Amino acid sequence: MPKVTVDGVEIEVPNGYTVLQACEEAGKEIPRFCYHERLSIAGNCRMCLVEIEKMPKPVASCGQPVGEGMVIHTDSEKVRQARRGVMEFLLINHPLDCPICDQGGECDLQDEAVGYGRDHTRYEGSKRAVNDKYLGPLVKTVMTRCIHCTRCVRFMAEVAGVPELGAVQRGEHMEITNYVERGLSSELSGNIIDLCPVGALTSKPYAFTARTWELRKTDSIDVFDAVGTNIRIDARGAEVLRVLPRLNDAVNEEWLADKGRFSIDGLKRRRLDRPWLREDGKLRPASWDEAFAAIAGRIKGLDGSRIGAIAGNLCDAESMMALKDLMGALGSANLDCRQDGATFDVSNRAFYRFNTTIEGIDEADALLIVGANPREEAPVLNARLRRRWVETPGFVAGLVGAPADLTYDHEHLGHGGDALKALLDPAHHFTKRLAAAKRPMMIVGSQAFARADAAAVLASCWQIALQTGMLTAEWQGFNVLHNAAARMGALELGFLPGDKGKDIAGMMGGGVDVLWLLGADEFDMSRIGADTFVIYQGHHGDRGAARADVILPGAAYTEKPGTYVNTEGRAQRALRAIFPPGEAREDWAILRAASGALGRPLPYDDLDALRARMIESYPVLGEIGVLRRLGHGGGAAPRGDSGSVSDAPFGRAFATYYQTDPISRASQTMAKCIEEIILPRQIAAE
Amino acid sequence: MNDMTEPAFSFDDTSEALIPAIIAKYPEGKQASAVMPLLDLAQRQMARQTGHAWVPRAAMDAIARRLSMPSMRVYEVATFYTMYHTKPVGRYHLQVCTTTPCWLRGSDEVMEACRKAAEADGETFSIEEVECLGCCVNAPVVQVNDDVYEDLDGPRTEDLLDRLRAGDVPPPGSMIGRQNSAPEGGPTTLFNVGGGKQEGGAE
Amino acid sequence: MLSDRDRIYTNLYGVHDWRLASARARGDWDGTKDILARGRDAIIEEIKSSGLRGRGGAGFPTGMKWSFMPKETGGRPSYLVINADESEPGTCKDRDILRHEPHKLVEGALIAGFAMGAHRAFIYVRGEYYNEYRNLQAAVDEARDAGLIGEDACGSGWAFDITVHRGAGAYICGEESALIESIEGKKGMPRMKPPFPAALGLYGCPTTVNNVETIAGVATIIRRGAAWFSALGRPKNSGTKIFCISGHVNRPCNVEEELGIPLRELIEKHAGGVRGGWDNLQAVIPGGSSVHMIPKSVCDTVLMDYDSLREQRTGLGTAAVIVMDKSTDLIRAIARLAAFYKHESCGQCTPCREGTGWMMRMMNRLVEGRAEISDIDLLEQVTRQVEGHTICPLGDAAAWPIQGLLRHFRPMVEQRIADYKARSAARLAAE
Repeated sequence: MPKVTVDGVEIEVPNGYTVLQACEEAGKEIPRFCYHERLSIAGNCRMCLVEIEKMPKPVASCGQPVGEGMVIHTDSEKVRQARRGVMEFLLINHPLDCPICDQGGECDLQDEAVGYGRDHTRYEGSKRAVNDKYLGPLVKTVMTRCIHCTRCVRFMAEVAGVPELGAVQRGEHMEITNYVERGLSSELSGNIIDLCPVGALTSKPYAFTARTWELRKTDSIDVFDAVGTNIRIDARGAEVLRVLPRLNDAVNEEWLADKGRFSIDGLKRRRLDRPWLREDGKLRPASWDEAFAAIAGRIKGLDGSRIGAIAGNLCDAESMMALKDLMGALGSANLDCRQDGATFDVSNRAFYRFNTTIEGIDEADALLIVGANPREEAPVLNARLRRRWVETPGFVAGLVGAPADLTYDHEHLGHGGDALKALLDPAHHFTKRLAAAKRPMMIVGSQAFARADAAAVLASCWQIALQTGMLTAEWQGFNVLHNAAARMGALELGFLPGDKGKDIAGMMGGGVDVLWLLGADEFDMSRIGADTFVIYQGHHGDRGAARADVILPGAAYTEKPGTYVNTEGRAQRALRAIFPPGEAREDWAILRAASGALGRPLPYDDLDALRARMIESYPVLGEIGVLRRLGHGGGAAPRGDSGSVSDAPFGRAFATYYQTDPISRASQTMAKCIEEIILPRQIAAE
Repeated sequence: MNDMTEPAFSFDDTSEALIPAIIAKYPEGKQASAVMPLLDLAQRQMARQTGHAWVPRAAMDAIARRLSMPSMRVYEVATFYTMYHTKPVGRYHLQVCTTTPCWLRGSDEVMEACRKAAEADGETFSIEEVECLGCCVNAPVVQVNDDVYEDLDGPRTEDLLDRLRAGDVPPPGSMIGRQNSAPEGGPTTLFNVGGGKQEGGAE
Repeated sequence: MLSDRDRIYTNLYGVHDWRLASARARGDWDGTKDILARGRDAIIEEIKSSGLRGRGGAGFPTGMKWSFMPKETGGRPSYLVINADESEPGTCKDRDILRHEPHKLVEGALIAGFAMGAHRAFIYVRGEYYNEYRNLQAAVDEARDAGLIGEDACGSGWAFDITVHRGAGAYICGEESALIESIEGKKGMPRMKPPFPAALGLYGCPTTVNNVETIAGVATIIRRGAAWFSALGRPKNSGTKIFCISGHVNRPCNVEEELGIPLRELIEKHAGGVRGGWDNLQAVIPGGSSVHMIPKSVCDTVLMDYDSLREQRTGLGTAAVIVMDKSTDLIRAIARLAAFYKHESCGQCTPCREGTGWMMRMMNRLVEGRAEISDIDLLEQVTRQVEGHTICPLGDAAAWPIQGLLRHFRPMVEQRIADYKARSAARLAAE
């Protein structure tokens, strides 16, 4: 632990700290443009210069390791002079277009110019003009503003693992570009907008929309996958204008996947903003009373066993809790949340959770993926896997399932169950590599359980985990990766068939007479019996609403407070950023009102009471933000027979990353992504 | 850069025959080191095939695949170094040094002669003002493709260009018959060494 | 004057054949096995006591540099990298070694490589030196075929091979870490230091980068002894050096001379004197474009070695002497160098990327005189804002020539501005 003196204060810092880190530890702010904690050190902006005694020149603190006894000055005249010089150089070719720049108000260059800039220019030449680059429908470029910090280049190469950006040419002609004028193909590309310290890379859909100080900022949770990315929703009036990631080292660090960031234009299109009622085969606008009356009329006298409910992929735990309570009150045990037909063994939470935890990935040294494509199903989590692979010499990865570019080297072990069964053999070369690892982990996609032999798949995976040392008292390496934000919450509160209850398959084809769809759109609606009365409660006019007899307009995730449980089993709360449109209401309130209309009033009148009941029944849902990471606690193995896995290949979770739910399907931005990112590559590949 | 008229590219047999040895010059797993020699190889192949030495984007992509590196990294290298041409150059690419040592000895005249030639016949001659070519005691100089012509002035440059135009490529080196970097008129040193060994230590 | 028998480069001018047989006849590869048999430490000691300093510009003691190479490398190979990216304006000495004395370089590489525990050397030859590269590659191949390098170099039991890597037009690759990046297949962008190459160099392995002339002299120094070498030149500035004399001299040339030779003697003895006579001399850039120019008054007496030139706030650099007579527009001469540095800036770090262009544009205006007197101070300040603030020394190199001009010839620049103003005023009056 070297001792250093920063501006007269002696502190002790860990070995390997940089001077910049030491200065921060000492509470000193060091200006920087190129340096970023989560990227490699470039040292190119030269803004973080400090003075170190006995060194002749000012030193770039970001790249200088601390040494015992260093005496550092962060605010001497020499330092200020050096930084003023750098600032002047950055500004001579930077346009004076702050008034029309979307970065205005949240621009690092603007902020630092206040401290280190001159009040006039001494440069008399004309400023450099740089052609803008086409990077696809998400990232807008104004390249004259670029200060060549290369954060974007490093992010794409290092974190995203999609090295499509670079700096071509050299000297003052150096330009950041993708060179090929094709949309960036990373699912994490939007993060370069956040990383860009100036207005060179900004959000294309958000262009010229608002100033940061006009926005109302609300903490929330991303629902476009099951990672539980912490987000901030920026709204003005009744409109969500943008979504940014919040820092949470245990979950998303500071990244956000593109669907979560850019689908929000879908929140304004195809919205259900009033109740609808089907009459003579056609939907007509209706009042809430009419809608509830129609439901009550259909349900009246019906046995509970003839009623069913399916929860969708974007639901908050509270509304699922309310629907479960309502179904219970109606005497129905027909509940399901598994639109994909997956079967989970819920006898032990370890069988359906991401047990290693996302942070735990940072300790793994071998990886087996079964029936998942983490890059598409959980891009931020995949970036963490990639980092582990980058940082760990000898990290081995293998994939059983559809071949994919995961952004890290891996061995494709096969497509289906045969490949999985082969791994049961301890002599299999990959099984041996897993067994040789200190902390091997396995990720099984929820898609791997969406097949008839799900129990056998689980048993096989568990057995492989046992055989290869993934299950020890200190290390739980078995993981299920969900891709629906609602799924873990639903499993935790048991939104599953109760005693003698029907699952989703059982409710199809006339298995029930009344089917309540809570934002459920991800299954084939034609499977529902022709005479089944369908209630669709949700926010978008998508597949479910099209089949509905009654439509109850609900709230999207931005429009209600809610609890979401991520794939790790971590409960997190989202706050309401705006109100639901028109006559739409928060979903728990709709269910509460419906229960009254049906004569089975639920025992709570406000959200707090509902939550209290929910947490009382399922304490996990009250442990907000915290997660107890457990080792393997022993216990029984899953019940399935590992030998009976069928050879069938594991399918893909979805056809395209960009459209997976009612919101992203309504998003024009996401449609553009398919048109400008996916299609050109398919054409080029042909 | 998004030019659909960009030609296709694949290494021909002549190039292919050289590639394994080039990659083998570098330690195993460090094949990215071969990116520069392969860009050079592609450029020479284009010169062989089309008469114009340059590296089309398709060649950069082919190199990226061959060396298992991202295409972007090849684009960066190809555009960073001035000797890789991302657009076609003439049959004779005239690289005129105008840096101070050459300028002091009359590179303006050399430049003028070359400029006229390139303007008159861009197919045969392309011109590039380059930085110091490292032949300063033989200034001014012009590099034509791989060869440097030294001790030039205006008329001597015109003469050189005439010969090139006629396909009569002179041997490279001093155009006034100097012995390489020795002073004009003969060396001031190395009279007594002949071809023999030097003996002895300190005196 | 250095006697011919004390010259290392007996085929500097290519009078003799450069191939192995002729090189051997001139003394190369003589007893190399015995040299290696002395052992690693003895060789480094010999080089240390010879006083050899790096011939690439910085003048760092070579033996000490070699001794930085770790003996314990944790299984990593060590590399010797030889910098033949000769691109400093005015400099063309390595070219002669590559084309006329390649075996001195190959033999020196083996000895140096052995002394630092390297089984492989990379020689980075600037791309424009195509014919020079061909000679060098042929010499390497010859040496390998003759068993002088290879699995059992010279029968010493030491495995050693050489990879010749061609650059492709980038002055910055003469900076050692940029050169390493370039060999690794990247843009030639200098790395931050620390870590230094001796700890983390090529492919992340311990690496020493030496100039061609440094390595090519090693075999002769060891054969003839440190005492011989250190007796030449001046204290702490020992040995011989190839000087490149260009510009306004009657007979520009390369010549190997003793360090410490008076500049005037160097020019008059070997380069036929300044064009129009010594009194027609205006200024000299004594060590390649990156050092401060010195006016005639300094040239009259200055000695050509590291320390004498440093005393005059300039440097020996690569010992490339650029002579400018009184007809020279010094402002334009330096403006052209400013353009050079702007062209060769890699673009990585802010002060150099932005500052070189700014300096060039201001210099171009000063060539015309289209400026204010206060702009001279501004230019001076800009050079100070670049100097010392960059990742690599290119920023300093770009700043110094301008600082040298302003230090010695500011009145000339002021006069240029005054003349321009006078012309403008006259033009206005005429209209």
